Amino acid sequence: MSGIPHDHYEPKTSFERWLDQRLPILRLLYDTIMIPTPKNLNWMWIWGIVLVFCLALQIVTGIVLAMHYTPHVDLAFASVEHIMRNVNAGYMLRYLHANGASLFFFAVYVHIFRGLYYGSYKSPREVTWIIGMLIYLAMMATAFMGYVLPWGQMSFWGATVITGLFGAIPWVGEALQTWLLGGPAVDNPTLNRFFSLHYLLPFVIAALVALHIWAFHTTGNSNPAGVEVRRSSKEEAKRDTLPFWPYFVIKDLFALAVVLLVFFAIVGFMPNYLGHPDNYIEANPLVTPAHIVPEWYFLPFYAILRAFTADVWVVQLANWITGGIINAKFFGVLAMFGSIIVMLLVPWLDTSRVRSGRYRPMFKWWFALLVFDFIVLTWAGAMPPEPPYSTIALIGAAYWFAYFLIILPLLGVIEKPLPQPGTIEEDFIAHYGGANDTPAE
Amino acid sequence: MSHAEDFDSDRRDFLYYATAGVGTVLTGAAIWPLIDQMNPSADVKALSSIRVPIDGVEVGTQLTVKWRGKPVFIRRRDQDDIERARKTKIEDLPDPLARNANLPPDAPATDENRTLDEKGEWLVEMGVCTHLGCVPLGGKSGDFGGWFCPCHGSHYDSAGRIRKGPAPENLPIPVATFIDENTIKLG
Repeated sequence: MSGIPHDHYEPKTSFERWLDQRLPILRLLYDTIMIPTPKNLNWMWIWGIVLVFCLALQIVTGIVLAMHYTPHVDLAFASVEHIMRNVNAGYMLRYLHANGASLFFFAVYVHIFRGLYYGSYKSPREVTWIIGMLIYLAMMATAFMGYVLPWGQMSFWGATVITGLFGAIPWVGEALQTWLLGGPAVDNPTLNRFFSLHYLLPFVIAALVALHIWAFHTTGNSNPAGVEVRRSSKEEAKRDTLPFWPYFVIKDLFALAVVLLVFFAIVGFMPNYLGHPDNYIEANPLVTPAHIVPEWYFLPFYAILRAFTADVWVVQLANWITGGIINAKFFGVLAMFGSIIVMLLVPWLDTSRVRSGRYRPMFKWWFALLVFDFIVLTWAGAMPPEPPYSTIALIGAAYWFAYFLIILPLLGVIEKPLPQPGTIEEDFIAHYGGANDTPAE
Repeated sequence: MSHAEDFDSDRRDFLYYATAGVGTVLTGAAIWPLIDQMNPSADVKALSSIRVPIDGVEVGTQLTVKWRGKPVFIRRRDQDDIERARKTKIEDLPDPLARNANLPPDAPATDENRTLDEKGEWLVEMGVCTHLGCVPLGGKSGDFGGWFCPCHGSHYDSAGRIRKGPAPENLPIPVATFIDENTIKLG
């Protein structure tokens, strides 16, 4: 794989030879784990491992939680309390699962912004990027449905608001929403199917993760310098790379240990910090909580959803052009999904051929502003929908779209990039010193 | 290479299209029940009409009942509510339609077209924000003395008409009638 010349699997025992002729699984594992990896990868390249850990954690804790949970409107809330109070270590399993979702999203956001800064999405890694975005979408669907299961007030009203998004689609919206809910409102059929899908989707994600890894093992990893590994000879490739095992596995596991130190501190000492007290009140279809807030990882997109009200000129223009088909409600929904679709399209929106943001003097600042914008949107999404927060959210939403649709296409044309290193080896020596000695194998 | 005279090839083409056609139909027939099972089941659809006793509702208060899984507001409005709502001009309303299931769909959103009785004392409406389905807080909330939706800040007036915020339509009025002076039938 990866087109980088390297040593291939050699069966050592007669059993390995026997198996290799029948099912070359050891060959597959060897080539995967020994993949030549650019040796200049920095600490931003550890989040992939953290994400794999998160998926495993969520599947394992989720399977055992499902042994004690009951997906019925009369019993769901009580069964979650049963887990918290009666099941052996049930509280720990549930807090790990709930906070595990937060770690999962934190890691995925850092991972995505890493890709955006170092141009990991650029040719030839577009397919890796798109599969990654599909994983992110599946994660959002899974997390959303999982949050409904405890059947608290935020569960119920979050489900009502989010399924209401589909109701905003002209003509088919209402029928689609009824189909999703299995009735006129969020009720028992909704809870049942969400449980079923919440159990299914993580396995879909696992399959997508396999494709994601397959895709970047085919192209080779991206790296902070943005220049490709030399492929003309095994000798040159070896000077740019190190095998994934043991060098990067050990580095990634160390980073994972540090991340888990913080994670377990949160799970152990402040497990409800990222939750909402309202979700410890059982769902009541007749009373909406005073302030509905989604989980923190949805807030930036929630802010974009709410930003486009009927008094914004873009909304009025869209309304007028389409003869009222696109009203403020549908516009908000389009903006929210659009904010993710522009990310999906970024390999074709970014016109610069320089991958790494390191060598793009103007891009750097716009990117920093995008990170800041993301944080501001997260904050604005948690605030009540009134001035000045609504104005801030609107400016933030506008910048999000401007970055992807205007700034990235233009920058590639007007920006004069800095000189890039010729090889990864050069970049490595510049950063970490040392001569070009290959480590002992 | 031309196949025009090749009878065998014609037969093959026919068999190919026939098999593909039947295969497509059968696949569709197999998938449809899997999709349709998610639509409302018979018992959910069977929830039809309910009768609501309203003799306990004082002037200026509101009764909230659950009907077809959603809240219905039955509000007995005071004089101030009625006057405010009747003074409002249609031109000031973002949604000029009454949205009253008891009237034709193009009926204008006058206060008279929204209330259940002539005097305008009884207002029966779905307690579901037309934005994304939250339950608005009522009866004298928001900037227009009616309902306020806490989710995304939609303001409704004392006739349940949208005045400000992201919601596109007035609160819908369900099919409702007086059975006698103390009972309202919904549906």
